[in-house]
Amino acid sequence: MGKSATTSDVHALFHSLRSAYAATANHLKIIDLYIVFAIVTAVIQVAYMAIVGSFPFNSFLSGVLSCVGTAVLAVSLRIQVNKDNKEFKDLPPERAFADFVLCNLVLHLVIMNFLG
Amino acid sequence: MARDLGILVIVVLVLAATCQSAVVSPVSESHRSAALELFSPAHGSYGRLNINTLETHPLRIVFDSQIVDLVFQYKISLALGHVYLEETYEALKTFKVLGIEKKHAIRTSSCASVADTLKSTSSALKDFFDALRVNSILKCELNSEAVRGTQSRLKDSLNGASSLIDFYYSIGGLVLLKEQMSEVDVNLGDADRIFRSIKALGQSDGRWRLSSNNPESSNNAAGIALEALAGVISLATPQIDNSWVSFDFCSFVLANSMKITTLKNDILKLFDGIERYDDGTYYFDEKHVGARGHQSPLSSSASVVRGIAAVAAATSETLNLPGEKIMGLAKFFLGVGVPGSAQDLYHQIDALSYLENIRHVLWKLTSFRTLYNKAHPDLKIYSSDHDFVAALVRVSTLLGSPAPTLSVRLMQIFVSGSKDASVIDQELKFDAVSGMHVLETLPKNIDVGSYIFSFEVIFHNPEHKKTYVSGGRTRVLVHITGVIKIDNAEIVILDGDRGSVENQKKLKLPGDNAVALSANHLQKLRLSFDMSTPFGNAFKPHQAFLKLRHESGVDHIFLVGNSGKKFEIILVKASSLVLLLDFLGLVEKFFYLPGRYNIQLTVGDADMENSFLQPLGFVELDLPDAPEKATRPPPQAVDPYSRYGPKAEITHIFRAPEKRPAKELSLTFLGLVLVPFFGFLAGLVQLGANLKNFPKSTVPSTFAILFHLGIAAVLALYTLFWLKLDLFTTLKALGFLGMFLMFVGHKTLSHLASTSSKLKSV
Repeated sequence: MGKSATTSDVHALFHSLRSAYAATANHLKIIDLYIVFAIVTAVIQVAYMAIVGSFPFNSFLSGVLSCVGTAVLAVSLRIQVNKDNKEFKDLPPERAFADFVLCNLVLHLVIMNFLG
Repeated sequence: MARDLGILVIVVLVLAATCQSAVVSPVSESHRSAALELFSPAHGSYGRLNINTLETHPLRIVFDSQIVDLVFQYKISLALGHVYLEETYEALKTFKVLGIEKKHAIRTSSCASVADTLKSTSSALKDFFDALRVNSILKCELNSEAVRGTQSRLKDSLNGASSLIDFYYSIGGLVLLKEQMSEVDVNLGDADRIFRSIKALGQSDGRWRLSSNNPESSNNAAGIALEALAGVISLATPQIDNSWVSFDFCSFVLANSMKITTLKNDILKLFDGIERYDDGTYYFDEKHVGARGHQSPLSSSASVVRGIAAVAAATSETLNLPGEKIMGLAKFFLGVGVPGSAQDLYHQIDALSYLENIRHVLWKLTSFRTLYNKAHPDLKIYSSDHDFVAALVRVSTLLGSPAPTLSVRLMQIFVSGSKDASVIDQELKFDAVSGMHVLETLPKNIDVGSYIFSFEVIFHNPEHKKTYVSGGRTRVLVHITGVIKIDNAEIVILDGDRGSVENQKKLKLPGDNAVALSANHLQKLRLSFDMSTPFGNAFKPHQAFLKLRHESGVDHIFLVGNSGKKFEIILVKASSLVLLLDFLGLVEKFFYLPGRYNIQLTVGDADMENSFLQPLGFVELDLPDAPEKATRPPPQAVDPYSRYGPKAEITHIFRAPEKRPAKELSLTFLGLVLVPFFGFLAGLVQLGANLKNFPKSTVPSTFAILFHLGIAAVLALYTLFWLKLDLFTTLKALGFLGMFLMFVGHKTLSHLASTSSKLKSV
């Protein structure tokens, strides 16, 4: 009895989350998709290392950190671009995007150097 | 038949190192001269030989019909006065056992020192003991006052003694006093109590502890304890007095015999802990470092032997010790040879003299001498009779004195390396002049080779069996050597598979040969020769090598008589040795080096008199070219002293590379990594991402396109950087590209910003 109650609660929660998410703006969803893409790539790389061993450890780190780094930058972009966020009201979204591009380029320079 | 051919033959018996131990001789002149050198008196007494302070003053002294050079240090400085009593005793005892008579320039000062020590009240217990020991040899005149004072001192210390060393010194001193001064009364009233307190320090494995505080037990302490206990027994023996009642006397005798029985048991327990080497040498060693520092096996074994001898002297019964162990101990002491330090020499000689008292040990010294034919002084003789040899055995006791009448018999001859033995039982003749037992004739069918002769001692007087230990059968390794004949020696080049002979050269071995052969890699080389002993039997040598040496110095060595897997055995006679070299299979071994190879043959054996190492000539080998991956010949050894020549070649050892994953796995994962990207694109399409906001008018659109191109260019630069470039070039290019991108990006984004703000305001 308690179990069915909890499962139905979970279902209800899930549905409410989905409907709430559907209401978000499109460009935020694009950024979310990008973040998911980056994280999944990182996970695949970790799985590969788990199978094969971490021999060129620097390469592994470089790959994983590039994915994680770009995900983090995308998160910060999302925060800055989100209109509901009162903190960044005065920041034009293009400026945030320019920062995002610049930081990504620097990150990828470092990554390419460390890749070996 | 060999003799008929006129080849010179001699059969000689040579002593080789015995298979068990080196030849060990009993006490001899070398011990005596060592004793004189090591125990050199200094400062009016015997101290340890100190080379730094030695002033040479050569003095010749005649003793025992030998003339020995001695070095004495004549600084008798009474100012220093201190006489080392312990060392003096060791020196005197050693000289006494070895029978060295010397005019004691030392006697006066030693006696004076003994008298002083006994008189003085500040002397320690050990000093009394040492002084009495020295006196037992020197027999000085002693003041009876001093003697009585000593006796009371010793008795007092005995009553108050608690550690083993104290018991030993006090009891030992009293025993020495009793033998030297018969008028002194040294009887022990409470012998039982003393006996029990010494026994309390003993342990169940036969060893003793030095005191009740010290848990470590040692064999050395066991020897000391046995001496002390034997001393108690001998001191407790009463002087027979008429006032003794027979009942007291019987109980006393009973108690004494019980004590002796316990001592015998202790000795047997101690012998359980004896150590041994494989050749039958027995010795006592310490497991722990005792309170008196590290005791060597020599001093521990000597201490135990002294203890056993003391017990044997205290009782009139026999001790029944296993003869094998006595022999083993004798072997140990003699096996030391001539020790290098004074104290070791003392321990060795002292222990040997006590062993002799326990059981007389017979030492067999086998030596073999070649007998030369008096008519022909050089070695090679014509002989129709091969038994022209003599084996000599000398039997003596440990200290070098002659043995009682006995006979030595050769019991068995074993062929070295095999199990069969022929039983001979031949008696050796005793030559009274030289004191040796001579083996004159060899059994008939002895040929060249190695044998083990087994000798045994038979006593003429059966009583001697109880008092003497003869050590059973002695085995001696003997080599019988002779000139080995080599004939039918030839070296052949064979062609093809079945081996049609292409080039055949006869060799004269051993002799000068210079063959010149040539072969290519399809041919085979065969070397064969027969070896036979003087009596015509087949002979197989230990070593038969053929060495091929290239002109550049690279060697190859092959064993003759070894048939490899690819070779055919063409003819096999029992005595013939064949080596077949198939060059086809050996091409790689030769590192593909063609050219001239010098041939060298080595044939040798311990029993072969004419072993040889000879160059035979050369063979020109024609080998095919080396493939790419062939191993290179090893670098030749470089003369280490040449300064400007080439140095030794360095062969590097690299770390083993890490294991890499399979290619397919990596490619799979490469594909897997690209999958999220396509998922991203698909998601974008699903979300409805579009390029509607892309600027339409010319100028902004060019900037927008340039912006994207700029980003693409930077990413391309990065891939180039990973593939080829270094960081500095990249950074330079990145600087330019970055500035361009900034300009273009600024333009585009500001345009976008203005459009969106216009939209908002509208």
